Amino acid sequence: MVGGAKTMSVTRRSVVAGGLALPFAARAAGSPRVVVIGGGFGGASAARALGRYAPGVDVTLVEANATFTACPFSNHVIAGLRDIAAQRFGYKSVGTKVVHAEATGVDATARRVTLNNGTVLAYDRLILSPGIDIAWDKLPGYDEAASERMPHAWKAGAQTLLLRKQLAAMKDGGTVVMSVPANPYRCPPGPYERASLIAWYLKTHKPRSKLLVLDAKDAFSKQKLFQAGWAKLYPGILKWVSASDGGTVTRVDPATLTFATDFGSHKADVANVIPPQKAGRIAAVAGVADKTGWCPIDPVTFESRLVPGVHVIGDAAIAGAMPKSAFAANAQAKVCALAIARLLEGGTPDDPRLINTCYSLLAPHYGISVAGIYRPAKGLLTDIPDAGGTSPLDAPDSFRAQEAANADAWFRTITHEAFG
Amino acid sequence: MVRVLLNVPRQVRRNEPFDVKLLISHPMESGQRRDAVGLAIPRDIINLLVVTYGNEEVLRMDLFPAIAANPFLAFSMTAVASGTLSITFTDDHGVTQSETATVEVV
Repeated sequence: MVGGAKTMSVTRRSVVAGGLALPFAARAAGSPRVVVIGGGFGGASAARALGRYAPGVDVTLVEANATFTACPFSNHVIAGLRDIAAQRFGYKSVGTKVVHAEATGVDATARRVTLNNGTVLAYDRLILSPGIDIAWDKLPGYDEAASERMPHAWKAGAQTLLLRKQLAAMKDGGTVVMSVPANPYRCPPGPYERASLIAWYLKTHKPRSKLLVLDAKDAFSKQKLFQAGWAKLYPGILKWVSASDGGTVTRVDPATLTFATDFGSHKADVANVIPPQKAGRIAAVAGVADKTGWCPIDPVTFESRLVPGVHVIGDAAIAGAMPKSAFAANAQAKVCALAIARLLEGGTPDDPRLINTCYSLLAPHYGISVAGIYRPAKGLLTDIPDAGGTSPLDAPDSFRAQEAANADAWFRTITHEAFG
Repeated sequence: MVRVLLNVPRQVRRNEPFDVKLLISHPMESGQRRDAVGLAIPRDIINLLVVTYGNEEVLRMDLFPAIAANPFLAFSMTAVASGTLSITFTDDHGVTQSETATVEVV
């Protein structure tokens, strides 16, 4: 697990040890304060990394929920391969102050965050790691009520269990329809892993059923590996319809579980809508989201291009070539924490290298991966050519099984990194 | 022959606008790109698209290299009588292809 920073050594400014008490209390002058909003992979990793790289800094993690439910491996839960309890993590080991409240306001001029419990937190640097929100206004027919009939399951938790329950209740011979949005969205290969594992579930438990995947794109992450796997594992079960084949969904009807495209409509027995997304709500409140709904950042420090002193990491950020993934959020968190440690002591952040690896499961013991290495160039994070790569297209079953085992190991490592 | 998806309402009301949607699976190779060894990839685009209804031309469109692969085209029109909508397009090799749909005015 490499976060990508070239060096971990920081010359630490000596700070006053007092004043690190309650959020309401005035702090001692001179102790820099960092507030982290959002306790997912990005935010929790950032809080822990600040503890390591900047131990004199007063760090507060703000997270509404007492328990985090991880998205990676949640497709396994949908397919009945994993208990959702294995996805849940607490904040006892984060090692910084954790305030379980919702951030409702950011005053970037006064450098203060307001929480829904009335607390006001002052900061010298603010890290936002708000993840995604569903862009409810982007897909006609799809709103919060519709998501109870046509779950998105793109934020792990109740939605994950709802989709699993619907699949379990479906009769053999039914049709599952899934829609996939245009880029960008959380976890680029995620829809295709989900399609694979739903197809595995159908093949194993309801073999007369079908899965139709309606896509707003013609190309996707690890496409050749997925399609080779589908041809081998799920012929006659899983059908993928590309955008140029009329796959772009333009409207959904939750009453009839119907997906409409410009060229036809498809009725489902179980409907999974992976909807268009945007940065989590606090990003817009803080003014760091642009008209795309996502947050432009400096690729060295992850500081917002729009609001000074506010850094954005993880899915919410526009990270150039870097995908929206838990691995990327963790890497960005460490780079951002180290950059903030440098900035708070008056130094200059290093030119970082960041790594991302995404594992996808096509079936139990059948894993594939893609890895990329990224560096800042021309104001964006860009892919370093030939530094990463994907799993070989031709590989024995033992290789796919090894990658599936690697994925398990990765999950244990990344969750330990983020949540202790 | 390239794959074409055409969506025209089967029944429309007289003089009431309706939408025609068309998705053509075509690479629309711009002629500006080079291959792995540096040779120019020849231009290959659909350069002309003509729509007729009955015997009347209702739309003529010149297409240029800036148009992306797999063009999606949509337009509105009206009809006063039932007839056949015909879409004909021509590529850089001079190959012409047509798609038709019948429209009933009710």
